[in-house]
Amino acid sequence: MRPSLRTLAGLALAGFLVLPLLPLVAWSVARGWRFPALMPDQVSAQAWTFALSSQAGVLASFATTTLIATATTLLALLVGLPAGRALGLYRFRGRGLVLLLLLAPALLPGIAVVFGLHGILLRLGLAGTMPGVILAHLIPVLPYMTLVMTAVFARFDPAFEQQARSLGATPLQTFRSVTLPAIMPGLMIACLFAFLVSWSQYLLTLAVGAGRVQTLPLLLFSFASAGRNDITAAIALLYILPGLLILAVTARRITGRGAALTERLHP
Amino acid sequence: MTTLSLHGLRKTYPGAGQAAVHGIDLTVESGSLTALLGPSGCGKTTTMKLIAGLLTPDAGEVRLDSAPITTLPPERRGVTMVFQNPLLFPHLTITQNIGFGLRMRGLSPDRIEDSVAAMLARVRLDGLGDRRPAALSGGQQQRVALARALVLQPKVLLLDEPLSNLDPSLRDEMRQLIRGLQQETGITTLVVTHDQAEAVALADRIALMLDGRLAQHGPPQDLYRRPASIAVARFFGGVNFLAGKSQRGIFHSPLGPLTLPTGAPEGERILTLRPEALHLGPGPNPRTAQVKAVTFLGTQNRIDLTVDGLLLQALTTPDLAAGMAPGTSLTVSLPPEALWLLPPDGTRGTGGPTGPVPPTLRA
Repeated sequence: MRPSLRTLAGLALAGFLVLPLLPLVAWSVARGWRFPALMPDQVSAQAWTFALSSQAGVLASFATTTLIATATTLLALLVGLPAGRALGLYRFRGRGLVLLLLLAPALLPGIAVVFGLHGILLRLGLAGTMPGVILAHLIPVLPYMTLVMTAVFARFDPAFEQQARSLGATPLQTFRSVTLPAIMPGLMIACLFAFLVSWSQYLLTLAVGAGRVQTLPLLLFSFASAGRNDITAAIALLYILPGLLILAVTARRITGRGAALTERLHP
Repeated sequence: MTTLSLHGLRKTYPGAGQAAVHGIDLTVESGSLTALLGPSGCGKTTTMKLIAGLLTPDAGEVRLDSAPITTLPPERRGVTMVFQNPLLFPHLTITQNIGFGLRMRGLSPDRIEDSVAAMLARVRLDGLGDRRPAALSGGQQQRVALARALVLQPKVLLLDEPLSNLDPSLRDEMRQLIRGLQQETGITTLVVTHDQAEAVALADRIALMLDGRLAQHGPPQDLYRRPASIAVARFFGGVNFLAGKSQRGIFHSPLGPLTLPTGAPEGERILTLRPEALHLGPGPNPRTAQVKAVTFLGTQNRIDLTVDGLLLQALTTPDLAAGMAPGTSLTVSLPPEALWLLPPDGTRGTGGPTGPVPPTLRA
């Protein structure tokens, strides 16, 4: 690609990603902004002051959402890593069926499962609790985790592990010093997906949490329906923060040296 | 110094109809360099992985000296395997790769550094320690893989096709390096190869595997000159076979009576004569032959002959072959000391013939 075309493509991409966020920034500091004014009449930090104060519950909700998304990601990793390994490395009877079952939650609309799920969690005494919400979030998160890990392991040569064992590494040492570095870029992408899928759950949290587990999307929605555009915009900007943060921290590892690693495993 | 021995080792892969390894008994003498030779798919690599502990046998035992190690995990066997592919860990430098096993053992960084530096020099890669594997050539990577195993001073070293990924020009160098390091360290070494010339040039002893079974084990000269079966003879390039009966030093064959070397066994046998031992000219056991075809093979010429309607093959130097046009008649002789009697097929040859029936048997 010629440099000029590259620059153009980069600008277009940045435009698509950044431009829709600009009105949000404007809204979050607006004080009175009526049609057909092009810009807010007055600028104020009122919405931010409210959003960041303890009485709004935004910060507590932020913490709850982070906790749920982190726990969901770790649990999904616990299942998705071994499952992805088995699916990526081995061809076994029933592999297609396992893949289909894994994909099923991603294909079914959430609203179809939410009521049955709520009934089950009620009987288990998990409705309206954080563990219940985490369990519910695993349904849409697991397919992403497992499918990404399947693709990662499909490109991994297990002979490296055999070689490590023969050089005196225990199974744990082999995982830590050989397998993990090789799968790290893919693993990070899978965790990023998992975290963000859980982070943005609305319906499942609403139904299973029964209003007692207040995550950011729920809070965002209630302010939006109350017509508080300025506070909604402030919360929305807080809401996209982790995604940007994770991306900034991991981008280098995912695209840079780390990605080169898996490629070099399979020259 | 450790003797490696296999006792009735057997392995069938799940879903495979036939056993990959059919009950192998083999003793690899302490300090020796033994080649495990055989065509691809004969079970060599499976055998090696069974020894390394990377596969579990269905039956049988692996012992180091007299201690069974069959149930030990690979990292506790004192056996290190080097794979056909160098498999250098791409995220580590060359130095870190060679030090990998020592680090797993929890040695101090100082000691690791010393051992690795010494090892780098021994495989003539000094100065390349800080590079990544991808920056090295195939031959250099193979040397790193060897160094990474040797630095652990294993009781037994297993090398799977160490030369097959190298250019022919690098093979000789690598062969000498393996031979030199093995003699220097005295580590009992088993090398898997499908190339008989490589096995002969490299090893003290050859264990020939055919169809998952051990066909013969001994010094290279024995497998060449005194094969145990038609299959072994054929694997080492034997092409001339005559069925007949040995009686009091005479072999009664379709070519008439042939004088045998002293001490030849009696009874129904198959006689074999290496193509390079068939003498073009008068001598003991002379016969009249017609030249059918002359094929130039570079350093040698192959001459297809018919004697009394039977096909025989000779290998000779190009200058001797000069002027031998197809259709020429000449006298050939079968020197008694080069005649070797094989048991009739199927009685002792464990492998059985793997190719078509030899032309001389068909006639």
